Amino acid sequence: MADIAELPTQRASRASRQARIGRAYARRGAQLWPPVVVFFLLVGLWYLVAWYYDKVQGLAFLVPYPHLVITKGVADPFFAPQLLADLGNSTQVALTGLAFAIVIGIGWATLMSLAKWVERSLYPYAVILQCIPILALVPLIGALFGYEFLSRVIVTTMISLFPMVSNTLFGLQSADRAQRELFQLQGASRLTTLRKLQFPAAMPSIFLGLRNAAGLSVIGAIVGDQFFQRGTPGLGVLIQVATSRVNGPGTFAAIITASLLGVAVFLFFGWLARAVVGKWYDFG
Amino acid sequence: MSVTASARRSTPVSSDSTLLDFRNVAMQFPNGTVALTGVDLTVNRGEFVTVVGPSGCGKSTLLRIASGLETASEGTASVATNRIGYVFQDATLLPWRTVTDNVELLAELNGVKAKARAALAQEAIDLVGLTGFEKNLPKELSGGMKMRTSLARSLTLEPELFLFDEPFGALDEITRERLNDELLKLFVEKQFAGLFITHSVSEAVYLSTKVIVMSGRPGSIVGAFDVPFAMPRDPDIRFTAEFAELVGEVSHALRGGHR
Repeated sequence: MADIAELPTQRASRASRQARIGRAYARRGAQLWPPVVVFFLLVGLWYLVAWYYDKVQGLAFLVPYPHLVITKGVADPFFAPQLLADLGNSTQVALTGLAFAIVIGIGWATLMSLAKWVERSLYPYAVILQCIPILALVPLIGALFGYEFLSRVIVTTMISLFPMVSNTLFGLQSADRAQRELFQLQGASRLTTLRKLQFPAAMPSIFLGLRNAAGLSVIGAIVGDQFFQRGTPGLGVLIQVATSRVNGPGTFAAIITASLLGVAVFLFFGWLARAVVGKWYDFG
Repeated sequence: MSVTASARRSTPVSSDSTLLDFRNVAMQFPNGTVALTGVDLTVNRGEFVTVVGPSGCGKSTLLRIASGLETASEGTASVATNRIGYVFQDATLLPWRTVTDNVELLAELNGVKAKARAALAQEAIDLVGLTGFEKNLPKELSGGMKMRTSLARSLTLEPELFLFDEPFGALDEITRERLNDELLKLFVEKQFAGLFITHSVSEAVYLSTKVIVMSGRPGSIVGAFDVPFAMPRDPDIRFTAEFAELVGEVSHALRGGHR
């Protein structure tokens, strides 16, 4: 009893799909070159500034030439392996802290989504946590949990927790009233509604929170290093040490590596979000 | 006359022919708004009752009471079956589920086994003319197809009483008329009783065996018209003089209701 006139035919939709993919590639090409141009402009500017500090000021170590930084980070027999090992340590701290932030954040938000009074009781503390200057807590965290891995992870978790809590809560509440009533009419339990309606509906929002939290977790790991330097610290300590030894290229190499780590986790979670929910949700 | 919740989905067909019986139903919301006053309404087996009224007259509240989403603040509202289909104003599909998975949802929530549920869903999908679109996601469907999916989803409950809350209000005229025809076919084939809310008079007359006219807020019934045209209906009756006359009478009652 279907009337064909109303239904787009499968063939037409396939053709338009191919056209769409073609356009998407063309668009991606067009999107790629502006940041590449900017990159080269920035490198050029960097050379200019480095030349100024080298030739005019005579302080070459303050802003080293880009090629010196790359050589230091990639080829220096002592520095390059250290950089790689520290990158590993920082990544480990960031990901561990992020994992705790994900578990605690989603659990916290789920609890709040169960009832309005729970939300009213618990949400202010999420906001307060966000407002505490973490640096003020550092001496306390150190005294309580030591100056090693554990404290670095705690700082990381605290810094990256809030976006997980707020985005998950927002997502869990995003299912509209009619959808909830659809479940209610079938006598669905609170847990079933959470599992089959609210969590799937919250996924896009959770992934956005995850992407922000991941970026913050790298910051947390670097900040944690600056204060808790025992055991196997990472890039934060390397940056400090290189700076104190007036090792310009080393400082820059470590800073850039830390930044690249942040960019990498950001891109990874953006990609993961598209892979998991991109089929039905447009991240725009 | 109401049936206990444990009998859900296995209610034997009662010998009594009245499926929905509202007596002197009134609804006042906690904020003081009176949505309905003194509503008497029955829907019997084999009937398709349409309620027309201006927006905000409490038409939807009738359905919400009938489905159990709200409880009447006065009067008695009894429903003689638990096999109730409810079609919302929006299609309310879950965007992450394919057409098939959306249609299976209600059976899934009622604990129907995967195999039985797949069979139910396929039958409903075929009935509403969505064969071939089983694997599509809602965002790939037109408005009319989304509504068909929503209709199919309710059909899997094999409802005895079907409640419709202005389901075609957002669709264009052509799609709407086509879906009206298909709904009538389903009504004849599946023999459910219908309670349909709309603000289109011609849609009301075309679809129903009985048209109820409601006044503006607070909603009360100001007129009832039996529709004499036989089922199954010829789409061309829409162009007959008798049809136009009845539409005129209903429109007149509707205007009188809030002049």
